[in-house]
Amino acid sequence: MSERFSRRKMITTGIAAAAGASGLAVAAHLADRYGLIPPDNSGIYGVGETMTYAAQRLLMSRHSLAREFTRSDISKIAPVKGPPPEDETYQRLLAGGFADWRLKIDGLVARPSFFSLADLKRLPAESHVYHQACEEGWSFIAEWIGVRLSYVLNLVGVLPQAKYVVFFGFDTNFFAADKQSIKGKWNSLDMSDAWHPQALLAYGMNGQDLPTPHGAPVRLRVPRQLGGKSTKYLSLITVTDTVKGIGRGFGAGGTERGFSWYAGI
Amino acid sequence: MAQTALIPAVAIQSSASLDSPRHSAVVRITHWITALSFFGLLYSGIAILIAHPRLYWGDTGGVGAPSLIDLPIPFMIGHSGWGRYLHFLSAWTAVLTGMVYAFSGAVSKHFRRDLLPTREEMSWGRVWRIVWNDLRWKRPAEEDSLTYNVVQKLTYLGVVFVLFPLIILSGLAMSPAIASVVPTLRIGFGGQQSARTIHFFVTLALVLFLCVHIAMVCLAGFTGRVRAMITGYSAARKVRT
Repeated sequence: MSERFSRRKMITTGIAAAAGASGLAVAAHLADRYGLIPPDNSGIYGVGETMTYAAQRLLMSRHSLAREFTRSDISKIAPVKGPPPEDETYQRLLAGGFADWRLKIDGLVARPSFFSLADLKRLPAESHVYHQACEEGWSFIAEWIGVRLSYVLNLVGVLPQAKYVVFFGFDTNFFAADKQSIKGKWNSLDMSDAWHPQALLAYGMNGQDLPTPHGAPVRLRVPRQLGGKSTKYLSLITVTDTVKGIGRGFGAGGTERGFSWYAGI
Repeated sequence: MAQTALIPAVAIQSSASLDSPRHSAVVRITHWITALSFFGLLYSGIAILIAHPRLYWGDTGGVGAPSLIDLPIPFMIGHSGWGRYLHFLSAWTAVLTGMVYAFSGAVSKHFRRDLLPTREEMSWGRVWRIVWNDLRWKRPAEEDSLTYNVVQKLTYLGVVFVLFPLIILSGLAMSPAIASVVPTLRIGFGGQQSARTIHFFVTLALVLFLCVHIAMVCLAGFTGRVRAMITGYSAARKVRT
């Protein structure tokens, strides 16, 4: 091996190593400061998950908008995953046309509140036609009608130390006294997604009331993440500074079953 | 014979090439990391695909909607959770490795020197003779294998500068978060489902490349070539005094 060649190789390797090391240092600093670490950051898969979450968070301005389609783009077929909850309370509320349904919002808020379906419908309504993809691979376009999540969060007054908004549907045992034993399809958003202008508490779909299999009476809709993030059959919203105490602490019931918490992918 | 015209050039090159490594350290290291992450991506990609083994065109698609291709695989859900974790871990490994490779290949002039075909190489006759010899399973002479022939050059350039960027971009186009930041990327691919379908076909092209690549390594002499990609030298190295 000639002197010249090995020196060049050393310089190239040196530059690459220096760029890699300084890149890592900068990334670690930013992650520390701006909360770019997802709840499921542990283990070898946590490395990839953290990089994806942090990279996408850095790329996205808080308000980068999902594409809005027109009503003529609405898919004829809107598949659903999984049946409605078998929960007794849910079945009773469903039979009663959700007249007795209340959405509870608690946690790090100034005014913990209950909202009826009529309460939510009295708030400023919005209609969005956007795309939703399931992590399985299928997708559809639909119109969603509801109130902005941020509008409701402002009504209850989110405290400054809030880091996550946690969503519980009737297909979770959210009423469990011990929060660590909560199981099911609960999920959580970071504040960036919770304040996003297209994040809706949707009670209508394609010009009608939200159909039962799509999450009646009210579901979350976040268009910048895969469909599983849009929790259905909502019953309780908790604002918190940590998801550590809920379930196994990964930020979502699905994550306990092996699905990554962040679903902007 | 076609090779006759090459001999003077090869002779000059080989006296230098036999002393210096056949592949630089950066190429060797990035090659094996890429190979490992490619298998991670392929394995996890299959796990994700089998949850919904149908391909569509446009923005949307699902059971009951018109599909482009129904792969003859049953729907097998439940593997896309770990599948996605592994897919993204492997993708980050591959992309960061690819960035080191591309940076080093540009700075060291590896691309220009070793991969860019010369004007005289770019002839159909020459391409055809190489392909014909490969199809007849005719082992190349050792001198010929010291440099890349024009078919190898074009193939590697196509994989590095066409297929790799396409697989990354079509993957990114499927991401709803990325689509909100760069809407034109998803629109450019013709929609989220089109991007998924293109991602699938580029994967097929990469798998085809891998098969031909391994076949050609076998043709040229498996042990020597693999040793060259590990140690840099195709034969056990003589200790020089």
